Amino acid sequence: MRSQDRLRDLTGLRVLAVVLGMAAVTASVALAQQGAQLRGNVPFTETPRAEPMPRWIVDDVRKMRAYPDQPPLIPHSIEGYQLSVNTNRCLSCHKREFTESSGAPMISVTHYITREGQMLADVSPRRYFCTACHVPQADARPLVENTFKDMSRMGVGHAGDNRR
Amino acid sequence: MTGIKSQIAWAWRFLTRPAATLSLAFLTLGGFVGGVLFWGAFNTALEATNTEQFCISCHEMKDNVYQELTRTIHFTNRSGVRASCPDCHVPHEWTDKIARKMQASKEVWGKIFGTIDTRREFLDHRLELAQHEWKRLKANDSLECRNCHSSVAMDLSKQTRRAADIHSRYLLSGEATCIDCHKGIAHELPNMADVHPGWFVPPELRDYRPR
Repeated sequence: MRSQDRLRDLTGLRVLAVVLGMAAVTASVALAQQGAQLRGNVPFTETPRAEPMPRWIVDDVRKMRAYPDQPPLIPHSIEGYQLSVNTNRCLSCHKREFTESSGAPMISVTHYITREGQMLADVSPRRYFCTACHVPQADARPLVENTFKDMSRMGVGHAGDNRR
Repeated sequence: MTGIKSQIAWAWRFLTRPAATLSLAFLTLGGFVGGVLFWGAFNTALEATNTEQFCISCHEMKDNVYQELTRTIHFTNRSGVRASCPDCHVPHEWTDKIARKMQASKEVWGKIFGTIDTRREFLDHRLELAQHEWKRLKANDSLECRNCHSSVAMDLSKQTRRAADIHSRYLLSGEATCIDCHKGIAHELPNMADVHPGWFVPPELRDYRPR
């Protein structure tokens, strides 16, 4: 009896493995197709021509955030800026102590708070690597069409506002 | 002891005795030609030590600082101008160059005794080495930077507004020199925890505005 149960378990596992395998194949086919789209319809056996590097937007004009908690974009070039365990070029202007003479906006106060909610005197280690969230922009053609809609245009009003 | 003394006495007599068989023309012309040869050889040897090839013939330079340089804009850029080691680390003026070369003889000592034999040892010395260079460039008003980047030839209207503002406020007024703000442009930086950027205003001067 017991050995039969084990047999049934094994068949169950086998079915599961087959289903997972099929799912993996479908997923990889889908990914491969998307990859081809991003590569620009060049067969994978050929090396596509490298486009010239787009130029960074360096006008120092703050970009509007697409949604309230979007990390602000960097309106200048960060080419060659060192960001390592030894030094952080971003903070040499954007840290509180340096903002007066650099004129740069101070990093948000949330960046001084650890994940336990403890306020620190210096930037929290989890916020140290700026480029994990903040990126400069280049004037480049998007690789895929962007269908993003601003939430303020989706018919949602102010909280407590009953005009609608 | 008496042997050495008598030898010195003999050498002195030999050197101070007027030449009996050599003509005055031979001595002056020979001295002139010999001087030219010596000077040429000396400067050729000096120039040979003033090349990138010479610098990276030592593993200390080749494996550490040179590798870092190859990733920066002073090595490859859109206009194809490259700064090699001596362009930034040795003054171009002859007297300054000799002074720097005498200073650098300490590096020969370090090479012989293996002060920086490993990557670890290099990283341990990095702050000290960097501070030497910052101090030197601060003292000579960033002379090596200015060999290529002169503030007279700098077109502020071609810079971004922020860069132009900062340059006219600090650089053109002579309040700051290149190295005050542009550290780590050709190599990776040491631990900068105790090194403030050039634009840092100390707390006691926070509300003070000279203009």
